Amino acid sequence: MQNHILSIILFTPLVGALVLLFVPKENKDAIRWIANFFALGGFLISLPLVPMFWSQINSPERFKFIEGVPNNWIPSIGAGYVIGIDGISFLLIMLTTLLGWISILSSWTAIEVRVKEYYVWFLILQTGMLGVFMALDFFLFFVFWEAMLVPMYLLIGIWGGPRKLYAAIKFFLYTLAGSVLMLLGILFLYFHHQHLTGVYTFSLTALYETAPKIYSDPAYGPTIATLLFFAFFFAFAIKVPMFPFHTWLPDAHVEAPTAGSVILAGVLLKMGTYGFIRFSLPFFPGVMWNPATFLHLTVRGWMITLSIIGIIYGALVSLMQKDMKKLVAYSSVSHLGFCTLGIFALNSAGLSGSVLQQINHGISTGALFLIVGILYERRHTREIAEYGGISNVMPVYATITMIMFLSSMGLPLLNGFVGEFTILQGTFMENWRWGAWAVPGVVLAAAYLLWLYQRVFFGTVTNPKNEKLHDLTGREVLTFVPLLILAFWIGLYPKPFFKILEQPVNQIVQNVRAPHDGDAVNAAVEHEITAAPVATTAAVINPPAAVQPAKGKQ
Amino acid sequence: MGVLSQFTASDYLMALPMTLLAVFALGILLIDLMLPPEEKWVNALLAFVGVLFATKGVWTIQQWMHANVSVSKGAVGMMGTMLMNPCAIYFFYLFLAATAISILMSARYMKTEHENHGEYYALMLLSVVGMMCMAAGIDIVLIFIGLELMAISTYVLVGFLRRDRRSNEAALKYLLLGAFSSGIFAYGLSLLYGLTGSTSLIDIGRGLASIYAKDPHNPVAIVALLTTVTGLLFKIAAVPFHQWAPDAYEGAPTCITGFMSVAVKAAGWAMLLRIMGATYPTFPNAVLGLAAMRPVYVPLFVFVSIATMTGANFAALTQTNTKRLLAYSSIAHVGYMLLGLIAGTPTQLSPDGIKGILIYLLVYTFMNLGAFGVLTSLRHRNVIGDELDDLNGLYSRAPVEAVLMLIFLLSLAGIPPLAGFWGKYFIFLSLIETGHYALASLGVLYSVFGLYYYLKMANAMFMGQPEERGLLPVSWTMRAALAITAFATLFIGIMPDRFINLVNWSLIIQTSPVARLMR
Repeated sequence: MQNHILSIILFTPLVGALVLLFVPKENKDAIRWIANFFALGGFLISLPLVPMFWSQINSPERFKFIEGVPNNWIPSIGAGYVIGIDGISFLLIMLTTLLGWISILSSWTAIEVRVKEYYVWFLILQTGMLGVFMALDFFLFFVFWEAMLVPMYLLIGIWGGPRKLYAAIKFFLYTLAGSVLMLLGILFLYFHHQHLTGVYTFSLTALYETAPKIYSDPAYGPTIATLLFFAFFFAFAIKVPMFPFHTWLPDAHVEAPTAGSVILAGVLLKMGTYGFIRFSLPFFPGVMWNPATFLHLTVRGWMITLSIIGIIYGALVSLMQKDMKKLVAYSSVSHLGFCTLGIFALNSAGLSGSVLQQINHGISTGALFLIVGILYERRHTREIAEYGGISNVMPVYATITMIMFLSSMGLPLLNGFVGEFTILQGTFMENWRWGAWAVPGVVLAAAYLLWLYQRVFFGTVTNPKNEKLHDLTGREVLTFVPLLILAFWIGLYPKPFFKILEQPVNQIVQNVRAPHDGDAVNAAVEHEITAAPVATTAAVINPPAAVQPAKGKQ
Repeated sequence: MGVLSQFTASDYLMALPMTLLAVFALGILLIDLMLPPEEKWVNALLAFVGVLFATKGVWTIQQWMHANVSVSKGAVGMMGTMLMNPCAIYFFYLFLAATAISILMSARYMKTEHENHGEYYALMLLSVVGMMCMAAGIDIVLIFIGLELMAISTYVLVGFLRRDRRSNEAALKYLLLGAFSSGIFAYGLSLLYGLTGSTSLIDIGRGLASIYAKDPHNPVAIVALLTTVTGLLFKIAAVPFHQWAPDAYEGAPTCITGFMSVAVKAAGWAMLLRIMGATYPTFPNAVLGLAAMRPVYVPLFVFVSIATMTGANFAALTQTNTKRLLAYSSIAHVGYMLLGLIAGTPTQLSPDGIKGILIYLLVYTFMNLGAFGVLTSLRHRNVIGDELDDLNGLYSRAPVEAVLMLIFLLSLAGIPPLAGFWGKYFIFLSLIETGHYALASLGVLYSVFGLYYYLKMANAMFMGQPEERGLLPVSWTMRAALAITAFATLFIGIMPDRFINLVNWSLIIQTSPVARLMR
């Protein structure tokens, strides 16, 4: 069990999808029960991972619960089925299994047509997302990354709103366009690794060794490394989405069914930020400190600038939305701006705050989409102007909404505050101007959310259609319970979360800071030696130890 | 009898698959006369058996090559006109697989169209004989004869729906343009003969190498290259020589469209690779065929492949006819495959590029035949035509076909983990390996473009509303064909290792260091 826990978590939803194929499609209730059984099962089966992970939290290996050896899948090209997790992916995996279960539970009455297909695709999507967070082989990662687009495309395209075809194709094309360039980047790293070591492999731990050397390699140099960084950047930035690449998001969110939006916002967007943390930073630490500028900004400057624009722009656009779902969608652009800002602050506070904020965003925004979906299911409209005084008819609903709004806008004692505060702390440590630019985002978030709350919930019921709305059912409350618990937990006692993140974050920060703190050129190559002066808590973890498994295999 | 006495047992062995196919083709013509109209299915059965026998013949050749070290890398036979090497055998298997699946697809369709004649299957088998000559030939005369045998059989097959005006028009267009391109091709070959005094590609290669070494701008050599390449590009339908393809594909019986788009195209590629000097036992060391002229033809191929990807992808966007759409998509795939020939140094082909082309042809065979198979299965008189709108709501009428079609379309678009991804993967890998970053980026971006029109079909099937209700019947031969193609598309996609090794074997490429590490 302990050895295969990740594979079990990964394939439980897929098994559910296969089982569903054998259920006659007329029997909708059976399909719903089976789908929920496997979704809940997928979540419950991932719970034992928590104590298991906690017990290994101080072990020096970078990745834990590793399954498979490099090159065991397609030996002739060097791709392997290798999965494993560190603290960052652990949290995202737990978020995925939880949100997967909640979204499937929330679809019980929302989906009435083609029920069987819906749950089949949803469960396949769940496996795809988990695979992205678990893969320790670049090729495996790429396969999951792309394969997961297909079920999401169908979920939006079949069960979506009026402009579903447009939104579905736009989503698919945008994300694919980004990821094909990443494939070329992966191939470059693959050949570079072969060039240095004589071995063709996609193993992540092996590539961690060689990829940073591209920057200081006279044959390639900073320019090629920067171009490579951007080959990856497009894939991740489109997924996040960062500012100029965000246009697919409002369309996809507005048209997607509620559960699709929850997963899209809660998990899919995190793949982009996860990609930055897992690949961009460790592969190209030198690029982050590349002094070359374009329009007066370095690469890192551009990343920060785009994040800040995203924060402010997303919030401003949210302010003027008439459609609740679109408002929440644009608020995601703003919140994810904080996440990327934290990543490119390149220090422990920024990075761990960013990961925590990703979890927070999954919890809060997932809940916000559920909230919008519940109202939509009752009234079939998301126009803000249609509502008013809802707190009179749906008090429980109004209370939960208030808590989730407060969590999303970052009120102290709730989860959003901890994440945003840590990110801003990290940003201020680097450059107070960046922090100063980002802070208005927090204020604006309070503005658009509270204004929305005021318009929808306060006052008297003005629209006669809203007088007869019934409050939440037990099932609907159940979907919020875990999210509420987590929101308060992270808000009141975030220490365990930071503890989980400490080791991987410090390791990444140490690697990415090496070219900056040490000799700018040599440090990337010889970081084992120069890393010693920058003694952080993680400095005792010798970087070569992390790559030991790969070496052992050779 | 004087000539025949030069034949040895190995010559007969090499000709075995072709002889078997020819015998079955003639046999079908004879037996067809004795069959009453309701028992015409025997023709299909006979053709299928013929393909199986031919496969056994190829297997025998393969075993013979395995057993004898002297011929394990290739044997020249038939009085120096044929080079039987692993690559030729690879293509033989490819042709036979495509033909077998096409036969399965045809049985019901030809009955629906009331054109269930034995000639159909006989011509199909004869065209495979031609293809085999093209793949194994090393003498331009044999290659040309093979080409014409294949082409003439295909012209007739395209026009096989005698009562359908579109079919007739397509056949005529195909015949005229095909004959024209054959003429240009023959002209180029005659110039090559004039330059080097030999019809053997080995001698031509050596002769051209010495001519090129003396004068890289020898006008006759350049004209010979241009005309030969033009003829070849016509046959694989690369832009700007592609105009015949959409018309011929649209008018032809759908199962023949599938057959043409995979088997005939693969034969064109086999011929092209032979003449460009890529599929010899000595590859990539010795310079054979037109390989010596590589510095001259690379810019040409860069232009053609960019033009092909651009032209075909843009043209496909606006198509409303599914057959035309898939025709343009198959032209676009030629564009990606041509990139494999560009990969390499200015003077030498990259073995990985050729490997990419071979894998591409393999996966393309299954996924494209599968897609055409689904279209064929929808063809019932007055029920479903080949317009895009006819696919609307297919999912509710034929769920299995719709899901299979989705698999084929996504595979054509190159989404992992489906087979089509591997074709593109190896092509782009070879480009990155040899430093063609800009071309690789262009190619991958066009493959995103391609996804759009494949999704248009998927949208119609899954998200459109059907005009009529009721399930569509599907014959069991078609089921078998679809099952084979879908299984292959998924299996090659998820477990590509043995197929990669197969291609390595066919090109005699040493396995990479990783593979050695693991074993």
